[in-house]
Parts: sequence; structure tokens; C-alpha cells
Amino acid sequence: MTSISAPVRSAPAPPARTARRSRVDRRGWLFVAPFLVVFALVFLAPIAYALWLSLFREQVFFGGTEFVGLDNYAAVLGDAKFWESFFRVLLFLVVQVPVMLGSALVAALAIDSARLHAAGLFRIVIFLPYAVPAVVATLMWGFIYGDTFGLAADLNELLGRKVVEPLSGDWVLVSIGNVVTWEFVGYNMLILYSALKVVPHDLYEAAAIDGAGTLRTIVSVKLPAIRGALVIATIFSIIGSFQLFNEPNILRALAPNAISTFYTPNMYAYNLSFSGQQYNYSATVAIVMGVITAVIAYVVQLRGSRKGV
Amino acid sequence: MSPTRRSRQVAIVLATALATALSACSSGDGGTAAGGTTGTQDAVDAALREGGEITYWSWTPSAKAQVEAFQQEFPNVKVNYVNAGTGNDHYTKLQNAVKAGSGAPDVAQIEYQALPQFAMTGALVDLGQYGFNAFEDDYTPSTWNSVKVGGGLFGLPQDSGPMALFYNKEVFDRHGLTVPKTWDEYVETARKLHTADPTKYITSDTGDAGFATSMIWQAGGKPFTTDGKNVKIDLQDEGARKWTATWDELVEEKLVSTIPGWSDAWYKALGDGTIATLATGAWMPGVLESSVPGGAGKWAVAPLPTYDGKTPVTAENGGGGQSVLKQSAKPALAAAFVRWLNNGNGVKPFLDSGGFPATKADLESSAFKDEAAPYFGGQQINQVLTAAAGQVVPGWSYLPYQLYANSVFGDTVGKSYADSTSLDPGLTAWQQALVDYGNQQGFTVTTG
Repeated sequence: MTSISAPVRSAPAPPARTARRSRVDRRGWLFVAPFLVVFALVFLAPIAYALWLSLFREQVFFGGTEFVGLDNYAAVLGDAKFWESFFRVLLFLVVQVPVMLGSALVAALAIDSARLHAAGLFRIVIFLPYAVPAVVATLMWGFIYGDTFGLAADLNELLGRKVVEPLSGDWVLVSIGNVVTWEFVGYNMLILYSALKVVPHDLYEAAAIDGAGTLRTIVSVKLPAIRGALVIATIFSIIGSFQLFNEPNILRALAPNAISTFYTPNMYAYNLSFSGQQYNYSATVAIVMGVITAVIAYVVQLRGSRKGV
Repeated sequence: MSPTRRSRQVAIVLATALATALSACSSGDGGTAAGGTTGTQDAVDAALREGGEITYWSWTPSAKAQVEAFQQEFPNVKVNYVNAGTGNDHYTKLQNAVKAGSGAPDVAQIEYQALPQFAMTGALVDLGQYGFNAFEDDYTPSTWNSVKVGGGLFGLPQDSGPMALFYNKEVFDRHGLTVPKTWDEYVETARKLHTADPTKYITSDTGDAGFATSMIWQAGGKPFTTDGKNVKIDLQDEGARKWTATWDELVEEKLVSTIPGWSDAWYKALGDGTIATLATGAWMPGVLESSVPGGAGKWAVAPLPTYDGKTPVTAENGGGGQSVLKQSAKPALAAAFVRWLNNGNGVKPFLDSGGFPATKADLESSAFKDEAAPYFGGQQINQVLTAAAGQVVPGWSYLPYQLYANSVFGDTVGKSYADSTSLDPGLTAWQQALVDYGNQQGFTVTTG
């Protein structure tokens, strides 16, 4: 097998073709060079650095750095804290993303239906929370949630005992989900709404001629037409969920015992770095989490586009 | 109130908040500089004459006034004052600069709890080489002990926080309560108060590593022992258990408020009597005066309750000093600035801005001791506080990685607070986390 294929491969090697191709290549490289330089600098280099970091272990107190191979990866995969944080964001993802995208879809369809008065106002009002920086939004919600002051406190006073405790250990994840939903419904609504806007009107006319009602039009025409946008919105939301950081990190000041330093994978990586000076282990956590996120997002994209075609 | 004043107050509050929240580690045995270097102050004096430019990172409320006064006295020295953040933010930036090998200031404020961590990782200059060990007698033993790590001298103490009991006299009078002298009486007072008025609590505590370690300190516990690479941790020693036996009653019976410390709600609660007492460091009056205007005339200070009600003992809570970074290009000049700040004319602007000193002479001066504090209804609070400074249990040390330890306190002991259960399992879990981390970092950690 090898003895046959080897000469075949080498014999007719067309030097002319490769030469021509490489000349074309070189010109192409010239055009993409500015992009490639920046891409390498701000994208590839940090990833390479993180990968390199993850193969070592530095002990800051005694200045020793040793090569440990894949030990850090083995440690992350066996790290109960890491998995606890991972499954927490997974639970968050499974519950919060459908709620948020469902609400966004309903809002987009309602605005697109042309039956709303002041649709433009609705659109901007629903979108507005997205314009509020996440830090400010979380602080604001934090004041609403506080059960010694603010809205939760007033409710409890009205009810006579502590019923609403949004910052207690049992409820804080729900509370965070609420903040994230509030922040991102408008953003997703806008993605879906713009997809709806480009659906050709003849489709609606054809559906109407076929006797389709509003619901039927939505299910058979609108939803299939915006499948691509839905897949994109889902992927963004999955990535967002796995990267959950701002909201829990800020609420932590108000609920220090309900939100741990490893509440989400990103918080874990952050605290490993900045409280524990465990830069190598932190890099490993970030890489493992990045790989998991990429795989899940890719699977969703594959499934989404396969059905679409 | 002008915006600058307001932000200064915020700075004071945050500074002191962090002073309590992050007790990092000060280890080492005070006294003579066993393994440290010794030298004379000639190099420092020469550098001061020569002048130059240095950078100073600090978030203390007195830093700005001190820098201005220093530059007036020494016009040939330029000090770039930077507020690089409060507490953890400051330490994170400092750690990053140390790790990066450049970008660190010449002089930085470092709390006693954080000092061993920076000293042990080789970030700081041993001031013994400039003959600063000669200042030992100028400082209280506990603060001097806190800037000595493994025989080296890694800073000069600026302030101290001997603990006392701050109580809302108005609330006590209204409910006919007497100021507790023992912790048992304190628990009893808590019950009486909360029964009489369910909206009132004896204190607030949602779990604070700085407070917990100080309380263990007062109870005679010595949970952290460091000897080079060997670290011993025992968060269930006699002292620790003595404290939890008392404090568990408060936590389990939900007699402590769950308002997080240093939050807006907390300041409000301090003003309206919701929180009736605070066991905290001597720097607290400045915070009350600036951030709890509603409490004026209501608060008073008493010695910290004890376990036997006889011998007065207390612990330090918070406080820190200034250190010279190894990265400094002008370490002698930086050392001169540190000397001026904490052993020279810099102490006066510090006192003027409400600081509680670490220098014996200032603690003993009658002007300081006998000053009547209007906020405290004219009480000579410094009498109580300076007395406390001399009653600190000796021999305490923090972990070499106390900053990290404090950061995971909520993950472990916080659970006990959240569930209103005994703190002992929480402390055991904390200990386990600290043992694991220490071993990962190359220490040999044993438990008691």
C-alpha cells in the first residue's frame, strides 16, 4: 500500500501549480495581514498563554514554578467546587434561557403583529434595560431585593413576617435569573423582531389566501422563517449563562453567605486568581469551561441548522 | 455636604470596613530582629537630603493631608499619591504589580493581616537595614509584633484597633439594660433586648473573618502558628471553642441581626438603634461620626466584655502600617517617607483626621486621652480605648495567607451563619480549606 502510493504521490508532483497557488496566497496574506496581526495578538496569544500557564504550578510563597503536565486538568475534573459551579450555571441555563427567549419571542411577535398601539414605544421600553450597565442594573435590583430595606422589606412588613427573601440561599439563583432576564429580554426581542421584519410579505398573503389564522401563520410561517435568529439568540444566551459573573459577583456584597466564591465557573476562576494567586489553576478552569461552552454551543448550532434546512 | 467631603467619608468607611473584613496575617515573633538585617539611618537621612520622586499607594483618609504636609517640609521630594482602591482592590493591584515585576509603588499601605503575605512572597524591603528596629519602644507591643515577620521588619505601624464595646446608651436606658461585663451577660442582654423589642438586636454579624479571628484572639485562642514553611492551624482550640460556645447562642437563637456590615442598611441601623452594640476596633469613632450622624449623642464606649469578668483582656481588630516595596528604585527615600509618616511629623495630620495611633507617646499623651468626644455625649472615650491598647492578649499571629483565608470565610463559616447553626462545623470546614490551600502553596500544614 505504502510502496504503491508513495511514488504516485511524488512522481507527478506539479511544481507549477503549487508555485502559482502560493503566489496567489501571498497576495491574499497581504490583505488579511492587518487582521491576522491583531487577531494573533488579542486572541491567539492570550489563549496560548493560558494554555501554557495551565501546564505549570507556581507556588507564590516560595517562588517555585514546576511543570506539571496535565495535572491541573485532572485536578479541575475532580474538583467538587468546579462541578458545583458548573451544574449551577447549567441549571440556570436550562430554566432561565427558555423563559427569557420565550418572553422575547412573545414580545417580538406582538410588536410585529401591527395590532399594538405605540409599538415603537413598547419596543424601546422593552429594550431599555439592555442599555443599563449590568453593574447598575444589579445594584438597583439589589436594593429591591434587600429584605431589611427596599421592596422585599416592605412586602414582608405588609405580610407581617419574612416571606419574601430574594437574597437567601434558596432564592438567590432565581433572583439572579430575574435580573438577567430583565436585562436581556429586550436585546433578544430585537434580534427576533429584526428577523421577523425581513420575512417576505407575499408569504403572509399566501398564508392568508390559504385560510391560515394568526396562530397558524405564526407556527407555520413566522417561526420557521426566524429559526436562524432563534438559534443565534440561543447560542448567545448559552454563552452568557456559562459566563455568568457580574450579577452574582455584585449581589455577593449583599448576600455574602448565599453566594460563594465559586458560585459560577467565572467567579471561581476570578477568585482563584485574585484571592488565591493560583493563576495556573485559574487558567485551567477557564480553558475547561471554554471548551465545554464551545462544544455545547456548537452542538446547538448543528442541531439548529440541520432542522432548518 | 460637599461631594469631596462625602467621598472622603466613604473612603474612611470603606477603609475601616476593609480593615476589619480582611485581617490578613501577621506572624513572626516580635522583639529583637533575630534573622533580620540591621543598619543605620544614615542612608535614609542622605536620601532625604538628596530628594527625588516616589509613589505612595494608600486609601487611608489621612493619606492626602500627610503627603501635602510632607512635601511642604521636604520640597525636594515629590510624592505621587495614588488611591489604588480600597482593601482587596488595592491588594489585588499590588499583587499583580509584584508578580509582573514592575508597576508597584515605592511605599504602600498594608494592613497587619496582609503584611505577612507580602513579606513572605518577597515583595517588601526589610527596614532593619535602615536601622528602624531602634523604633521598637515607640510602638505598642501588639502593633510592633504585627510588622515583624520571621525576624524581619517589613513596615512601621500607623494605626491600631484595640477592641472595645460600643453601645447605644439610649437603647440601653430605654429597656433598663446594664452594660454587660461578661459575654454571658452579653448574651442575656441580647435576649432581654430582643424580647422587649423584636426589631432590635444586640449586634449584627453575618460572618466576618476579621471579627471572628479577633474574637478568638480575645478568648485566648492561637489558631495560627507559622514557623518558616511549617504552619499549624487549629480553629477548634480552647480559645476558639470558648468563643463559639458563646457566639453560637446568639447565632442559633437568631439574636444577631443579619444586616451585612458596612452596607447602607447597616449605617441606618446603627443610627436608629436597631443594632445596639458593636464589639470592634478603636478606629470606630471616626466611622460613627462621619457615617452615622443619627447616632450622635447616643453612643458610648465600654471595655470589651470578657469571659471571667475579672481580668480585662481584649484583641486587635484591623489596623496597619506602611511598607517599602522591593521594586522601589529609591528604597532609602521611600523608607524616609515611611519614617516621617509613622514616626515623625506625619503622625499629627494622622491624628487630626481621627486616626487611632500605634505610637505609645501619642496614646499616653493627656491631650489625646482626656479629649471629650461630643459625638459620645462628652465621654472621654480615649480613656477606655487607650486602656484597651494595653490589654491586648500577646502572642497572636495571622496566617501567612490570611487574605486568601478571609476570602473563603463566607464559603465555609458563612454557611453556619446562613443556617443559624453552630459555628464549629463552619470553622472546621474553614480549617480544611486553609490546610488544602497551604499544602498546595508548598507549606507543610498540620492541624492541632
